[in-house]
This record gives sequence, C-alpha cells and structure tokens, in this order.
Amino acid sequence: MNSPIRKLAVVVSLMFAALLVATTWIQFFQAETLRETAGNRRTLLQEYGRDRGAILVQGTPIAESEPTDNDLRWIRTYSQGRRYAHVSGYYSFTYGAGLGLERSANALLAGSDSSLFYRRLPDLLTGREPTGATLELTIDPTIQQAADEALGDRRGAVVALDPSTGAILAMVSHPTYDPNRLASHNLSAVQESYEELAADDSRPMTNRAIAGDLYPPGSVFKLVVAATALESNQFDPDSELPSPLRYTLPGTETSIPNFGGSSCSGGDTTTLFDSVRVSCNTSFAWLAGELGAEALNAQAEEFGFGQSLQVPLPVTPSSYPVGADDAQVGLTGIGQYDVRVTPLQVAMVSAGIANNGQVMTPYLIETVRDKDLSEIDTTTAQEFNDAISESTAEELTEMMVAVVEDGSGYRAAVPGVQVAGKTGTAEYGSSGAAHAWFTGFAPADDPQIAVAVVVESATDDWTGETGGVVAAPIARAVLESGVNR
Amino acid sequence: MTTITTFRPRTGRTTELILLVFAIGIVMLAYVNVGLAVRGEVPANLLTTGGIFLAVTVGFHLVLRWRARYADPLLLPIATLLNGLGLVMILRLDYAAGREMGSLVAGRQVMWSALGIILAAVVLFVIRDHRVLRRYTYIAMVAGFVLLLMPMLPLIGHEENGSRLWIRIAGFSFQPGEVAKIALTVFFAGYLVATRDALSLVGRRFLGLQLPRGRDLGPILAAWGLSIMILVAQRDLGSSLLFFGLFVAMLYVATERVSWIIIGLSLFCAGAYVAFRLFAHVQTRVNLWLDPFDPTASSDQVAKGLMGMGHGGLFGTGLGEGFPHLTYFANSDYIFASFAEELGLIGVFAMLMLYALLVERGLRTAIGAREGFGKLLAAGLAFSIGLQIFVVVGGLTRVIPLTGLTTPFLSAGGSSLIANWIIVALLLRISDHARRPVAERVTDEVQPAVGATAPQPGGGR
Repeated sequence: MNSPIRKLAVVVSLMFAALLVATTWIQFFQAETLRETAGNRRTLLQEYGRDRGAILVQGTPIAESEPTDNDLRWIRTYSQGRRYAHVSGYYSFTYGAGLGLERSANALLAGSDSSLFYRRLPDLLTGREPTGATLELTIDPTIQQAADEALGDRRGAVVALDPSTGAILAMVSHPTYDPNRLASHNLSAVQESYEELAADDSRPMTNRAIAGDLYPPGSVFKLVVAATALESNQFDPDSELPSPLRYTLPGTETSIPNFGGSSCSGGDTTTLFDSVRVSCNTSFAWLAGELGAEALNAQAEEFGFGQSLQVPLPVTPSSYPVGADDAQVGLTGIGQYDVRVTPLQVAMVSAGIANNGQVMTPYLIETVRDKDLSEIDTTTAQEFNDAISESTAEELTEMMVAVVEDGSGYRAAVPGVQVAGKTGTAEYGSSGAAHAWFTGFAPADDPQIAVAVVVESATDDWTGETGGVVAAPIARAVLESGVNR
Repeated sequence: MTTITTFRPRTGRTTELILLVFAIGIVMLAYVNVGLAVRGEVPANLLTTGGIFLAVTVGFHLVLRWRARYADPLLLPIATLLNGLGLVMILRLDYAAGREMGSLVAGRQVMWSALGIILAAVVLFVIRDHRVLRRYTYIAMVAGFVLLLMPMLPLIGHEENGSRLWIRIAGFSFQPGEVAKIALTVFFAGYLVATRDALSLVGRRFLGLQLPRGRDLGPILAAWGLSIMILVAQRDLGSSLLFFGLFVAMLYVATERVSWIIIGLSLFCAGAYVAFRLFAHVQTRVNLWLDPFDPTASSDQVAKGLMGMGHGGLFGTGLGEGFPHLTYFANSDYIFASFAEELGLIGVFAMLMLYALLVERGLRTAIGAREGFGKLLAAGLAFSIGLQIFVVVGGLTRVIPLTGLTTPFLSAGGSSLIANWIIVALLLRISDHARRPVAERVTDEVQPAVGATAPQPGGGR
C-alpha cells in the first residue's frame, strides 16, 4: 500500500500548491486591484485612520485631525468651518477627501505623496503609521475675515492676491457651508447634510472664486481691452475715441447705449483715459472692433485666459469667445457676449497691472511642513507671464486711480491710501439682471494687495446694483485690511 | 542477537520538547503583539498564560514519553502552534468586537483547547494499540452515519451561514461532522482492509484500467449517495467533498486501483452537476464563487474576505493592525483570511507549510505502519486534514466554491478542536507503533481479526 500512499502525498502536494498559487494571486498580484475596489471599507478605514496633516493659517489650524476613541480613530475638525470651507474643503469618512485642499493636496495631507517618500522610509521599516504633512497657507486671516464679513449674506466671491508674489491672501465664496457637518462621525447625519448641500439651489459647495459657473466680466474686461489698445501702440491714454450716445454694432440694427443713457464726455469723442474712468460703453465697443478679436484674445491669454491653473485647487480657465462676428466682438469690448471669467482671473489682471505688467502664478500653499513642523518645501513665487509692458501698466494704473478718485469706483476709496480700481456691471440673461464687479489694488504706487469682487444679482431683474454701488465697498474693506496689515 | 539489542533508535522526544517550547514562544510573541497593537500594553497575564500553556502541553509531552515514546516528534508542536495562534487571533477578534472578560470567545476556546489536549491524552492512555479500533469497524460506521445525518433532524438540527452542519442541544451547538470524520475514517480503514482483495483483484481490464465488478460498486455508490445527500440537505459542498474525497482516497490506497479514483470523481462531478441544476442554494454558492463582486449577489462574504486578504498583501498589516473583523465569521469560517490579512502572504505560506508538514508526517506514519489497518487509518486521517484545508482555504481563495467547514486547530468552536486533537492522538499512537523497534514489540505482526480479543501491547517495556 506504500506506493498509493506516496501518490496520495503527491496529490496533497498539488492541493497545497493550488492554495499557494491562489493566495499569491490574491495577496500579491491582485492586492492593489482589491484595495481599490469600490466600497472597500478597509481602504477607507486605513486612509481615514492615518494622522492626517493640519492646514494652518498663520500658525492657527483651520483643519486638523483630533484623536477619538472609536473605530475611526481620528475626527477632522474645522475651527472656522464656514469662513474657510472653500479653501479647506472637507474630509469625510463617507465621502472621502472632497473639494478644496483636502482633495487637491490629499496626497500631502495623507502622507502618501511621493515627495514625502524618503521621510516616510523609517516609518515603513518600523511599521509606524505614516503621518501627513502640515500645510501652511498664504491666506491672511485678517483679509479673509474682512472679505467674508464684507460679502456678508450676498452670493458671490472675493479673491485677494499679493501682486508681487501671486500668494492668495483671501478666497471667499458665498453661500458657504460648514465642513464639520460632513466630517462628523454620525454617518447618517453626514449623509443627510451632504444630500442637503448637494440639492441646495444656491450651490454652497461650489467655490465661486475659482470654479463656479463662469461669470461675464462686464466692464472690468475693459482693462484687458485698454491694455490691448495701449500695447498695440496705436493708442495712448489721450487718444480720442468716438463715443456716441448709442453705438450701432457693425452689420446690425442693434445699438448699445452708455450706462444710464448718458454721453461719456459731453462731446462726440472721449479720450481712452476718460473712457476707462467713466466706463464708457460706446467708445469701448468701437475700440474692440478696431483692435479685433484676435488681438483681444491674445492679450487676454497673456493675462491667463484659457489656461488651466492649479493653486493647487483646480481653477476653471476663463475664456474669450472664438469665431465671434463683428457685432459680437463689439460686445466683448464691454465684457459682454461670451466672455467668461473667474474672480481669480480678474484679480490676476489687476495684480499684473499692479506688478508692472508681470502676472505672478497664484498659489495657496506657502510651506509644507512635517508633523514636527520642520520644513519640507516652500513655494517660491514664480512669474506666470509678462502680460503688458511697464509703461502700459503705469498708464493703466493712472486710469484706475482716476476711476476711484473721480469715477465710477469712488466707493472703493480708502482714506489716506491711493486706490486703483475698475467697476463692472455684467448683464446676464435678457431681463437686465446683472452681476456687480470690482477689481483693483492698493496702494497704487506700491501695490500690496490686488482684489476682485463679484456679487451676484439678488434677483432675476435689474435692481440698480452696479459694481460701483455693491462691489466697490466690499473691495474697499478688503483693500483696507490689506494695506494695514 | 544480543549485539543488536544494545542499539536504541532515537525517540525524538527531546526534539519534540525543544520544538514545543519554540512553538509556545511564537504564540506568546503573537499574544504580546496583539496586546501592544490593540491595547497598547503587554498583556498583564502573559507569564501566567504562557506558564499554563506550557504546563498543559509539556504534560501531554510527558504522557507521550511514558505511553508512546516513539511517536512522531513533529505532530504535537505543530498542533500546539496552530492551536495557540488560533487562540491569539480569536482573542484579537474579541477585542475588535468589544467583548470583555467573561464573554470572550477566546476564553471558551481556551477551555476547549485544554479539553482537546486532555482527551487526546486519554485516547493515548485508553488505546494502547490502534488495532483495537478495527474491532469497532461497524460500530464506527453506524456512529459516523448517525453523526453525519444528525444536523438534518428536526428540532436539534441548526442552520448557520446557509449550511446545515450544526446540532443544538440545551444551548450547546456542536458540529457532529467533525467527529463523524474520525468515525468514518476508522470504518473505511476497517472495511477496506477486509475487502481490499475483492475490490482490487477481480474485474476486467478496459482501456488499460482495471475495472471493478458491478457488485463491488456497492460501497462506493453508498458513499456517493451519502455525500450527495449532504450536499443537498445540509447545503454544504465542503462536507460532501470531504467525505467522498476521503473515501475515494482510502479506497485507492487500499486497492491501488486508479479506476476507483476515476469512477469516484466522475460520480461526484455528475452528482454535483445535477445538484447544481436542481437546487437554487447550490447555484447561489456557485454564482458567488464565479463572481463574488457582483453587486446583486446574495452575499458579499467572499468579496469581503478577498478584500481582507488583498489588504494584507505581501507582509500583512501586523497582528491587531488590520480589519479582519469586517468580514463575517472572522474567527471561525474565515479565520484563515484573518491571518492572511494580518500576517500577509508570508504568514499564509508559513501556516500552509505547517499544515503540509502535519499531513506529511501523517502520511509518513502511514508508510511506516506495519499493517494494513494502521496504514489506511493514518493515511485517511492525514489526508482528511489536508483535504479539509484545501476545501476551506480553497473556498476563501476561490479555488472552489465557499463552504462552511472549519479550519483545523484555528477556528473558534469546540467540536472541531476536540476532533482534531483526537486525530493527532491517533496519529501519534500509530506513529509510535510504526517507529518502535522490533525488540520492544511483543504482539507485533499479529493481525487481530475483527472481533478477536485485544492484543496486549507494550509488554516489552
């Protein structure tokens, strides 16, 4: 009977070999796929179980992980949730790392970023849980607070930049939400909150400053048109532009009036300087036609239109319409038709003018630090593009100063500080409703802060809320907090 | 002759003791590991626990020194190591489930382990020579069948996890199939030793195969019928495969005829296919096997087990660091997946090697045994452990459809643990007999006929 027992032993070996192959297949070759399978609670728990890095604003955490006693081990808390919601995003067990930096800088916060590999090597060898990196932001809490409070209950967004570096000093989008509601461990309440936020018509989770439905820029786009004109060398600030009471768009019967039906200068022509100061529509519509879509688009792209940016939050590219006919090009001259912008893009235009024509790349993360706060990486300011010449920048600055001192933007004036700015009132739809804009920087001779404000129309009808009335005071509050810091 | 009697072969008992201490060392290390990972402290009762564990197993070792000096030295350390690791994992899962002192599954399992070891010692005491068992061939048959069919009875039969493998009397649940496995192995061994000549020598040759006579097909048809009945009524492919596979393997060992294997496998496949076509619960199992991640599947147990194993990867999360408790039955049917998650592929290989070694020592015992009954019994017992591991781990890893069998020595549950310790005791007894030098044997080569008086063993000592 020994021979069949030996053969039986071979059969047993084959059975064990099958098990070795099967376990190797599952635990080695398939392990990665299995880990990434949707609904794998282990992966969620493990990722959630890590000591996630904090997000700091001038040393104060706006998002941090605190240890808990339950299975999830950590809870993410947002100390000023509503104020920083669109910067921080949320980190939820159910919905993962969503929006804001929680999502865009997830790899750093979770400690899995490849830049952290060598620092994590000892953890890997000792089997210690890796810890995430801490992010120190460029946000200035005073400016953020001023922007948040000034915008108040209105829907809209405020972005403030340091013109010389591109550092984002404030980023506010209203309405906002409380990320703590999504980070809670009461999972049914979290689901309820999420569904409520997702279904809300006012879209509180949308970051209007960089990624909302794009806004028409209205008259703030005149800065780009004026820049194109000055850069073309065919115009200077004193060039006289035709400014009829109504300007008939080329090839159509349609004519556009100036705001309130006024003439821009009392005469038939207005200088480029005054056209900017009083925000003359008819002269700018004419000017756009003179310059042409190609030149306008090229100048817009110099400022950043049409380019994807990561700050590291993804910024929706702003756009100048392609293939517009002559009439439509005329409309783009006053920032209507299909010109679409983000508030960040508008702020970049102002910042570029403020910074002698140099647009800096906007960024939100100042320093990446390890758990022990030792520095891992610091963002260095980078030039995004030389958008306009220094002289053009100077001339535009003078015009913008006039806007605030003696024009449509006088409500943005800060006592004792020379403010440069431009108002905008961007009609949308057909009923006359308009978004109010203001963009500018201060002090005009030594710019420390550039800002863009958009306030959405409260109703679907014209309410008389122009950029100068609604947006300029908000910009004033932000600029004031910025020059006094 | 006197010149040779001075030679005494090595008993291997010292090797056994060293390995035993080593095994307990590994278990204690795992215990400390779990304590540190889950509780952040070294278990306070580490020394007491280790001491008691050592005392019980060394006690068993002393019984072997006294009663089975030549028994295989690897069986006890392997069984001890597996049993101990099972205890640690069950305790770790107790912690994960938030169970506290007094209601610990591990607490009960410790008692069952002690009982298992004591019963194994008793078996070694009572059965001085395994050949006595041959006298109980038909009693074993009846006992085996009754035990197997008990879960199908109303009132005491009990269904868990979709399989009807349990009986429940007065609050105690018991898996009689585990004990039936031993009884049936004894029966198969006794029966086949008596009938092997008829089953192997007579018959016609066809296509190079020695085919049996029609009337000799009776036993295999009976075993097949029984296994199909288990498959259908108890809804368990595992037990069905285990019993039928065991029978066919022992039939092959007894007759040395490959034709039996072919006949057996064809019968089983045909029966399983018919059962698959006819019964919805068999189809469910098969579908779950083919596509465990199907969102419309009736259970996500296989998927969760696979995710756990994948989570463990090559090196595992470390004891106490994974999430094995996210899988249902993590401390019983799925305990092997729990180990896979926390010890990784490396740990899985080590544990499979332990089992392979256990089976190999059993088969070696069978080869060394000097008479047919011992050979068949040892081969059957060893193969049953190997086959059971294959069915259980194969079920988790999708080699075959998932079944409800326990993992020998690891799974929480008393019946399985006791049955496996008795198997180890029987293998120890047979190996002692097989390895014992001729000079120390008196009743050797005397094949007791069924019903004959018991031989007097151990007279030479």
